[in-house]
Amino acid sequence: MSPIAVTASQAIGHSAPADLDAPVRIGVRNLNFYYGDFRGLKDISLDFYDRQVTALIGPSGCGKSTLLRTFNRIYSLYPEQRAEGEILLDGQNVLAPNVDVNELRARVGMVFQKPTPFPMSIYDNVAFGIRLYEKLPKSQLDDRVEEALHKAALWDEVKDKLRQSGMGLSGGQQQRLCIARTIAQRPEVILLDEPTSALDPISTGKIEELIEQLRTEFTIVIVTHNMQQAARISQFTAFMYLGELVEFGPTNKMFMNPNKKQTQDYITGRFG
Amino acid sequence: MAEHIVSSYDTDLQDLRRRISEMGGIAEKMLVDSIAALVRRDMPLAQAVIAADTRLDVLQREVEESAILTIARRQPLAIDLRETIAAIRVSGDVERIGDLAKNIAKRALAIGGQFQPQKIVVGVQHMSDLVLGQLKDVLDAYAQKDTARALDVWQRDNAIDALYTSLFRELLTYMMEDPRNISFCTHLLFCAKNIERIGDHTTNIAETVHYLVTGETLAIERPKGDRSIDATVAGE
Repeated sequence: MSPIAVTASQAIGHSAPADLDAPVRIGVRNLNFYYGDFRGLKDISLDFYDRQVTALIGPSGCGKSTLLRTFNRIYSLYPEQRAEGEILLDGQNVLAPNVDVNELRARVGMVFQKPTPFPMSIYDNVAFGIRLYEKLPKSQLDDRVEEALHKAALWDEVKDKLRQSGMGLSGGQQQRLCIARTIAQRPEVILLDEPTSALDPISTGKIEELIEQLRTEFTIVIVTHNMQQAARISQFTAFMYLGELVEFGPTNKMFMNPNKKQTQDYITGRFG
Repeated sequence: MAEHIVSSYDTDLQDLRRRISEMGGIAEKMLVDSIAALVRRDMPLAQAVIAADTRLDVLQREVEESAILTIARRQPLAIDLRETIAAIRVSGDVERIGDLAKNIAKRALAIGGQFQPQKIVVGVQHMSDLVLGQLKDVLDAYAQKDTARALDVWQRDNAIDALYTSLFRELLTYMMEDPRNISFCTHLLFCAKNIERIGDHTTNIAETVHYLVTGETLAIERPKGDRSIDATVAGE
């Protein structure tokens, strides 16, 4: 008699398990990335699913931030950097030369490791992105700013000081302000590059709670060095090493019982 | 497996394994001695078994505390998490095995002075030999992370259940023959049941070993051979 086994993830369960039927939002196909002569990404092919959080993990220099930076072509600010291959956002290749990069960056928002509020009021920080792409009457703009601050779970803390400088907020509040600025543009995809690595545990908790809520509306890709954070907040996880994709799968499976020894060695702290 | 970057993490996990290995050794010896005390009516040996259980309880608490500390301090993942959880589960099973052996020793004390038909005592001894083999194998399987060996134990438990059923019937017959047999037969019946329960704990450990190694749980029902529930005196 051969025992029938269920996977650990099925046995353990999870508050938000991976939706294996979710449609693909971003399809990466044979992506190579070059910093001058250095090949930073090697033939990456990987799907990111609609309204799921995908965590990119791996040691420093493995290419996870590089991969993130290709989605909105932010790398193109630097002349030495180029990407080859395809990144299909809703079927359209964002690497194609005819793509309007500004429009792309409105569709694919990004939040960085260190909070980057602009030296202007809280209100203007959020309104800034909207004004770039849309001409709205004041009342509508007010509504959009409020909506974004609500969604970023910041409204209650700043509603009485919208005209004060964004630089005066705490680190965690500044990071949520940056998220509000990003979602005010109503993007489809949100890229988070180690969004909590500079924050204390309470602010980190608030950002994680926020990501869980934002997932219902946006497709989220997050780079994190915190394994437990990846395990907590993502539905899918991709492990990268030396510019290559080593393993990709549902997060529960990746952290309980990964297929590749390299993945296991990394997440259990045996890498070196 | 490669060592952790933080070497004290390896020490923590090795410490868990070492304690469980010590627990396994104590539990094996308790089982062997409790049966020897029963068969040979060796009262001092029975007392020694009862005393040995204290150390087992202490070790189990230590394993639990250090596993909880490991979770709190290191947030283990994948194989390390399974190893930590397995340590908690296996130590719980081994501790229960010790309790059951202790109970056999107590019963050996209780029926020490009474007449015992050797045939039945030998039956109990045979059963305990089988279970002891299971216990040794499953503890080795745990130490060596050998899932094939663990699954073998898991399936073999069937034979112990069958033996228990036959002993159960035999003891019933003795009791019906002469009511004076009831007292020691009941004690022997509980001894046999204890041994059968120890067998069940070895299958629990086997399941834990399988989970530890593969990350998957055994989803099907284990084959069961205990039919004692059907053995009655009705109509005889």
